[in-house]
Amino acid sequence: MKNLKLILRNIFRHKLRAMLTILGIAIAVMSFGLLKTIIGAWYANSENAAPDRLATRHAISFVFSLPIADRDQIKQIPGVKDVTHQTWFGGIYKDKQQFFPHIAVDPKNVFEIFPEFVISPDEKKAFIADRSGCVIGARIAKDYNLKVGDIMPLDGDIYPGKWEFTVRGIYHGKKPTTDETQMWFQWDYLTERLMQTSPRRANKVGWYMIQINNPDDAARISEKVDALFENSDAETKTETEKAFAAGFISMSSAIITGLQIVSYVIIGIIFLVLCNTMLMAARERTREYAVLKTLGFTSKKLAVIIFGESIAIGLIGGFLGILLTYPVVSGFAVGMARFFPFVVVDPWTVILAGSFALLVGIVSGIFPVLRSTRMTIVDGLRTIG
Amino acid sequence: MKIPLSYSFKNLWTRKVTTIMTLGGVGLVVFVFCAVLMLAAGLERTLVATGSDDNAIILLKSAESETLSQIPLDVTDILASQPEVAVGSDGKPILSREVMTMINLQKKGTTSSDLANINVRGVSPAGVALRPQIKITEGRMFNFGTSELIVSQKIISGFEGARLGGALKFGGRNWNIVGLFDGGNSAFSSEIWADNSQIMQAFNRQEAFSDIIFRLKNTEGLNSLKSKIEADPRLNNFKVLHEKDFYAAESEELAAFIRILGMVITIIFSFGAMIGAMITMYAAVANRTVEIGTLRALGFRRRSVLGAFLFESLFLALIGGGIALCAAFFLTFLSVSTTNFTTWSEISFNFALSPGIVMATLIFSIIMGFVGGFLPSFRASRLDIITALRSS
Repeated sequence: MKNLKLILRNIFRHKLRAMLTILGIAIAVMSFGLLKTIIGAWYANSENAAPDRLATRHAISFVFSLPIADRDQIKQIPGVKDVTHQTWFGGIYKDKQQFFPHIAVDPKNVFEIFPEFVISPDEKKAFIADRSGCVIGARIAKDYNLKVGDIMPLDGDIYPGKWEFTVRGIYHGKKPTTDETQMWFQWDYLTERLMQTSPRRANKVGWYMIQINNPDDAARISEKVDALFENSDAETKTETEKAFAAGFISMSSAIITGLQIVSYVIIGIIFLVLCNTMLMAARERTREYAVLKTLGFTSKKLAVIIFGESIAIGLIGGFLGILLTYPVVSGFAVGMARFFPFVVVDPWTVILAGSFALLVGIVSGIFPVLRSTRMTIVDGLRTIG
Repeated sequence: MKIPLSYSFKNLWTRKVTTIMTLGGVGLVVFVFCAVLMLAAGLERTLVATGSDDNAIILLKSAESETLSQIPLDVTDILASQPEVAVGSDGKPILSREVMTMINLQKKGTTSSDLANINVRGVSPAGVALRPQIKITEGRMFNFGTSELIVSQKIISGFEGARLGGALKFGGRNWNIVGLFDGGNSAFSSEIWADNSQIMQAFNRQEAFSDIIFRLKNTEGLNSLKSKIEADPRLNNFKVLHEKDFYAAESEELAAFIRILGMVITIIFSFGAMIGAMITMYAAVANRTVEIGTLRALGFRRRSVLGAFLFESLFLALIGGGIALCAAFFLTFLSVSTTNFTTWSEISFNFALSPGIVMATLIFSIIMGFVGGFLPSFRASRLDIITALRSS
């Protein structure tokens, strides 16, 4: 108990320095949390993948499309429950900064295959009935203040021209991490217009999503699908939805590695800030430690006091940093919405950040402790601060 | 009177460990700041260097990358016969009809499911002459009319399965690798080249090329061709632009992404380093209270004291910045390979250091030194002579 009092008094002896150190650690811990969250956001899509869904895309790259005729062939494979297709439309809403996916879908079964996209039966019916209708995620509706019945104009880039869609429904995510930033419209509308403008591009889809009865059959069915289209103009590659999403992540692996390195650089910075403060304190207090030793404090007790101080500063800073992480992450989520549709702080990030703050607290105490235990009383008393 | 600069230097030297810690903190932040700028600049430089001022490119109006562009054969014939296209000594137009497609290769050191998209470019005989960057370093040029390839050295060193004398299997046949080329610091260094007609047959797309690249007779020719294409109903689905502008635009998205992400992060944790500098400087002031009192008693003005401490902090930050720059310089030997979100194909590029980046980095570290050092220096200059001399 006495130790605790000494520790607390010591910490706030230099109020300003203590505050600055705590603030420094807090900022570093927060940056660490932010980076980990960003890295996590990359993986969010693949975490959300359902085990009973397979994705079939063009064997080389998803930028190449597949013929719509493939669908019926895939459906024939035993173990396949249902097949739907999606096509990346691109397109610009308002201006280039406003980025969110616009996807052409089959309205009849897309909600059955993606049950995590929840929509009311009436809105779904209205969507199916309107050829130029669209469905948007709740977040898009909120961010752009769109309601059912509003017109949503898109400027096509991959599919040139002006496109106008009427919002027929707003979907909600079943889980907080479900992507609520997509816009879906009818593929029939897309292909009809292509028939008139560039017939060669009509009747093609971006990729197929296959729902299977038993997730254990994933490998067998994937092979069957790819075998169907082997040596055709558009060979396919079928994999689980998770692997499909992971493919996108591995494309940015260099950037992710960079971020990961930087997040550990930050730990280095926390360490430097706290270590510096502890060293300064130890240097200034050399004489004091000698006095304590004269009074009968053992080296062990001194070590407890010094370690206690550095660990306490580390933990206070860490705690503050974790508190700061939440508002900063949500600010970041707004600013970078164009690149990362969903950013959520993972509890593991918090635990990791907290443990690093603790670790840094322990390590920063080592040098001052060694110094105080090794010092002889006479030398200590002789020192001039 | 000014306090001599050597006073500030010596102070830093006396507390070596603290000085080194602060240098470390500032240096790390500046290093990351600089590395991010270099990465974005390297990407831009690579794609800008891919295009040439003398060349123009024609693609589908809606296409942001060559892969997504399609030009039917009859249209290419019309475009190839325009008077703006330069003619070579053999009397043929210096023009390459190109097909751009992709294959999957596995990056070295990854699992077999981590496949990267590699651009395969089918060219006409004039294709190589149009790109002076391309130099065959080993083996020979492929022969037109055969299933032969030349592959960039960077692909050989970065990906599994490709080597000189070996073969790659795609599009239903085996392609022999007969030569390696060096594309310099350009996007061509991330490509595989072959005969355009062979590629079109293999991928079963004989009806259309991807784009046309040609030498301009003179630079003004581009504008006249532009208005001609715009006016012709057979051609107004296509666009013509300087090759350089086209490739530069391909770098925009990814470079912006790297910059925004990097800047947000470095600015946030530059606060951490500034606080570190502030702690050091406050401690320096606190430890030297008597000294400051003495200086003032000797007749040095308040602003001289302020100046001396501020200089000390600026100097500290500048050294930190300098060390970071030296470390960042070694990054220029590193090459990064990642997917470009505009083309969805792999691009490899180097970190690039430019005078602008050096300036930005130094200014960034000076700002950190100034912000970190100002308050402590101000406190030092405000000390009362008598109380300062009395303190122990």
